[in-house]
Amino acid sequence: MKKDYYILGIETSCDETAAAIVKNGHEIVSNVVASQIQSQQRFGGVVPEIASRHHVEQITLVLEEALREAQLEPADLDAVAVTEGPGLVGALLIGINAAKAFAFANGLPIIGVHHIAGHVYANQLLQPMEFPLLALIVSGGHTELVVMKEHGKFELIGETRDDAAGEAYDKVARVLGLPYPGGPHIDRLALESGSAIEFPRAWLEPDSYDFSFSGLKSAVINYRHNLEQRGETIDPHQVAAGFQESVIDVLTTKTLKAAREYKVKQVIAAGGVAANQGLRFSLEAAFEKEGIPFYVPPISLCTDNAAMIAAAGSSMFEAGVRGNMEMNGRPGMPLKSWN
Amino acid sequence: MMWLGIDTANTPLSVALVRDGVLLAEYTSSMALNHSLRAMKAIEELFEKADVTPQAIDAIAVSEGPGSYTGVRIGVTIAKTLAWTLGKPLVGISSLRVMAGNALLSGGIICPLVDARRRHVYSAIYKSDGSGLQQVKEDGHYAIETLLESIKEIGQPVLFVGADISLYREEIESALGELASFAPQPFQLPRASLLIHFAEQEEQEEDLHAFVPEYRRVAEAEANWLAQQKKGTQS
Ligand SMILES: [Zn+2]
Repeated sequence: MKKDYYILGIETSCDETAAAIVKNGHEIVSNVVASQIQSQQRFGGVVPEIASRHHVEQITLVLEEALREAQLEPADLDAVAVTEGPGLVGALLIGINAAKAFAFANGLPIIGVHHIAGHVYANQLLQPMEFPLLALIVSGGHTELVVMKEHGKFELIGETRDDAAGEAYDKVARVLGLPYPGGPHIDRLALESGSAIEFPRAWLEPDSYDFSFSGLKSAVINYRHNLEQRGETIDPHQVAAGFQESVIDVLTTKTLKAAREYKVKQVIAAGGVAANQGLRFSLEAAFEKEGIPFYVPPISLCTDNAAMIAAAGSSMFEAGVRGNMEMNGRPGMPLKSWN
Repeated sequence: MMWLGIDTANTPLSVALVRDGVLLAEYTSSMALNHSLRAMKAIEELFEKADVTPQAIDAIAVSEGPGSYTGVRIGVTIAKTLAWTLGKPLVGISSLRVMAGNALLSGGIICPLVDARRRHVYSAIYKSDGSGLQQVKEDGHYAIETLLESIKEIGQPVLFVGADISLYREEIESALGELASFAPQPFQLPRASLLIHFAEQEEQEEDLHAFVPEYRRVAEAEANWLAQQKKGTQS
């Protein structure tokens, strides 16, 4: 019989300080997140220096809470998995240095996890992944389509060429005078709205799975500008609905096309924007019609968390991947396979 | 009593193990190294060389700033994580005091100084009685002119310490003339063994989790936000 194993995950790539413990790669035994949203709201976005200061304040607290919640001692753990990149460099290195210190003091191996691999592996905490698998990762920093043919094997088939989807949401929210973070507000306004302004869709080349959202953002800004020149006021509901329709249309259409081309058995969405109701409904409807199982983790596992890092770290642990005390934050780390 | 000392507050890196007041091993480098990559590696090597385990540590001393925001955070994060998980006391010591420690035996006025750009420095003024340091001017973020003004008022010879003094040397000399002298290069680097020497005389931090760097300066975004708030309440 195989012995149970426990992986401690640590995530500090942006503005959440998080620690979690996952058993046997799929069972959450603790999941702790200290969010900075309230502090960062003052600035209308994440200020890297402020984020780093908060991480230092929170890091040992979330680690202690993760162990306490799991009722485990460091000696019960098998490895420490930490987000190595991508992300804000000053934020990443708090988690990494805490992970290295903790691993060193307790004689544990350390594993550096790619943040996106973490988002994908959040699904492993809900149901076993089936391959080939297609993952749509949409967040404030990412818009990516990834195909996986087996555990630890990633093929990036499409990504944004300019703004991430979540970034476009935040920028348009600012145009509409909505507070940070803007995504949930736009989602709500769009769902409430009966009609929508027609905004363009950026399809790019016919065979491309890449995305572009900067044109859409400019279209919203121009629309407001034109109305203002005519002395008319903007209807935030209609603009939010039109913007969201454009984003969702492109994301759903490209994801569906990729699922067909790669003949995938499972489609998953991840990242903060995957919590968007409008996007969820659209993808669910499309894949139900197509007959391909589609999953989105609950919000707590969609937004940044450490359970997903521990889940990906578990798969790496099983594959024998190990880091060392020279691990460093890699803000532009590419998504690399470990199998 | 076994101490681990860590100083990553500025460009130099220094880590040391001291047992019962005796230095077991120390690693100090002034090469512009990446602390995030190097500091834990240097600590690991230090333990190997001294042939001790992390569990053999009784207390941890860390240089708490001021200095490079990122540098100070790396040292503090490592120190508080080690102290918390090993269940050992932690003592934070001013990075400027550590620097001034190099002139501990001078018996005069000492000014440790670190460049903070835009003609500002992180600095303090200490007085040595030949065996200990007494604080004369508190650690802070000062305009170089303001600092030199306060030193002039003291009217005594001052020894400047710190790797960045070369940046301000001419200005210091023209302001203070013969009163100013400068520590030779080997006495400008922070030494983790000195950090431990000071830490042995201090109380441990009461709330380990709440221990954070002494930045001695609010973040720029926060300063702007505070200024805006103030404007808002005035109008
Ligand atoms: Zn994320």
